[in-house]
Amino acid sequence: MVSFFILVPFLCVLLLNLPWGNLARRLALWVGLGLTAGQAAVSACALAGWIDLRAIPVSPFFKYDLALDTLSIVLLLCSALVFGVALLLSRPLVSQGEQRFNFVCLLLLMLAGTNAVALVRDVFSLYVFIEAVSIVSFILISFNKDQDAFEGAFKYIVLSSMATVLMVLSISLLVLVAGTTSFDGVRAAVAASRHAGVVLGAIGLFLCGLFIKGGLMPFHGWLPDAYTCALNPVSVCLAGIGTKAVGVYTLIRLAYFVFGIDAAVSQAFLLVGAFSIVAGSLAALNQTDYKRLLAYSSISQVGYIILGLGAGTGLGLAAAAFHFFNHAVFKTLLFVNAGALEQKTGLRDMRKLGGLSARMPLTGFSSLIGALSAAGVPPLSGFWSKLLIIIALIGAGYHGYALVAVLASVLTLAYMLAWQRNIFFGPLAAGLENIEEAGWEISGSALLLAVILIGVGIAFPLYLCKLIW
Amino acid sequence: MQANLVINVIILMALIGAGLWAIMTRSLIRSAIALALTSSVLTMVMFRFNSWLAAVFELSVCAGLISVVFISTISLTEPLSPQEVLKHMRDRLARFAFLPILILVVGFALSLLKVSYNLPLPPAALEQDARNVLWYGRELDLLGQVIILISGVFGVIILFRQMRRRS
Repeated sequence: MVSFFILVPFLCVLLLNLPWGNLARRLALWVGLGLTAGQAAVSACALAGWIDLRAIPVSPFFKYDLALDTLSIVLLLCSALVFGVALLLSRPLVSQGEQRFNFVCLLLLMLAGTNAVALVRDVFSLYVFIEAVSIVSFILISFNKDQDAFEGAFKYIVLSSMATVLMVLSISLLVLVAGTTSFDGVRAAVAASRHAGVVLGAIGLFLCGLFIKGGLMPFHGWLPDAYTCALNPVSVCLAGIGTKAVGVYTLIRLAYFVFGIDAAVSQAFLLVGAFSIVAGSLAALNQTDYKRLLAYSSISQVGYIILGLGAGTGLGLAAAAFHFFNHAVFKTLLFVNAGALEQKTGLRDMRKLGGLSARMPLTGFSSLIGALSAAGVPPLSGFWSKLLIIIALIGAGYHGYALVAVLASVLTLAYMLAWQRNIFFGPLAAGLENIEEAGWEISGSALLLAVILIGVGIAFPLYLCKLIW
Repeated sequence: MQANLVINVIILMALIGAGLWAIMTRSLIRSAIALALTSSVLTMVMFRFNSWLAAVFELSVCAGLISVVFISTISLTEPLSPQEVLKHMRDRLARFAFLPILILVVGFALSLLKVSYNLPLPPAALEQDARNVLWYGRELDLLGQVIILISGVFGVIILFRQMRRRS
């Protein structure tokens, strides 16, 4: 059953490309939406423990060496949510016909790749699917086919290729040591020769490659341009899940379950995480382009995930996974709002906007929820994951880093309030009198994501009480 | 033993020469040809290390297919004027002139370190049949490769076919 997460989107692309005439073009979007809705429902049920996906039998022909745990299910759920929203956004934002059809096919291929990243248990297979997701990302970033989009895609290709070289080199060294590429084999070999130069070199190279893919500072050069220049549904995919799956999820998976976290790796994570949080926040504060602000905010929020990981404890891992989910939801929500603003006003400069909550109340409300959740304001879900990260850091004895996390939250609140004030509050800016609320696809997606942020935020303490008592 | 060493040194020198030619030549076409030559020499290295399957892939994909893709792409671009070529050449020399010295210094420093890896290395799995490895050991990777290829096809359709139609 688990292999269906990869095979079904892939087979859907093949089926849609059979000679059905215009039928495939008309159906493609709805097939994609059905698929993501199904995946979201199945992974939510699996996360709640209502179904056991591993127990459902499948033909050996479709059986691959895959595994499923809670962390994989979190990624499957996030992927389904983000890709579903991006598909819905493509209805008003990508022109109908061949362009939208190609867009849907690419998103389904990216979904198959992301799902595979969540499920594989082999370092080389992981690399193959990371590359599959990256290649779809290059094409999607340049989908607009203007100068900026090509520049953004080119930067991503160049830096991503460097990450690829580092990862391939690391895998070669790991094969040399372990003689296999399976997670179990590599884990055993790394544990047996932990302090050997080759092993340390291999771990360092792989982690550097993943830092580049995840857009962490100081490896972030490609990220702001790629997020800003791409079409809005593409920005949603990249910011919500694309770079998080290939960079951050893989980092969590390998660091915790394959390489193991020792003091050196932990220190590296803490340093890179803290630097990303602070530098990302300070860079976001200086932006006037709201999509660029969100891009730098993304770097900062990923820093929190890495900081939680750096705590090196079970609570740190749980907090990192929870913030991964929250970040996927609130960053998708904020990019959906950015899409609504760009579609309706045609502007990206915050200095030319203002007072839009009067004209776009749903967008203004959902944006406020997303911004407050990103800043870690209670009772929204972002508050709980940040709180858990700080508790994990204090529990592990990293009081200084916990203080950095708390203080950086104030910076996050500052740039998020600047975003909200400059765009939605105050008097209506000149020339925006005739602006109307975005269509149901955009507003509906934004409201759904806002409800998730509020719902998870309210339900989480109850769940925590149930766990404790 | 001595003859083998001499052959290895000659092949490695050829590899470096072809690589340098690819980087330093002014013509993009010649650069693509030099890259194909680099891959061909690398194929020889792989054959000498008994990695026949890797050598066949290197020769067919890197030296063959990728050269065709490069030359097709170059044919779609407009050539630079001789002045622009000269300017780029000078810029490149000024920017990267330190690289050979850096490599020599790092290589010398590493040779002084005398790193002992001290690892129980597993034997190379030469006896395994490539067909078995691909179809029964790496079938998931094949699926990944197919996804990458199909994505590439969509990329070509989106970036080239629609642009051509528009022009």
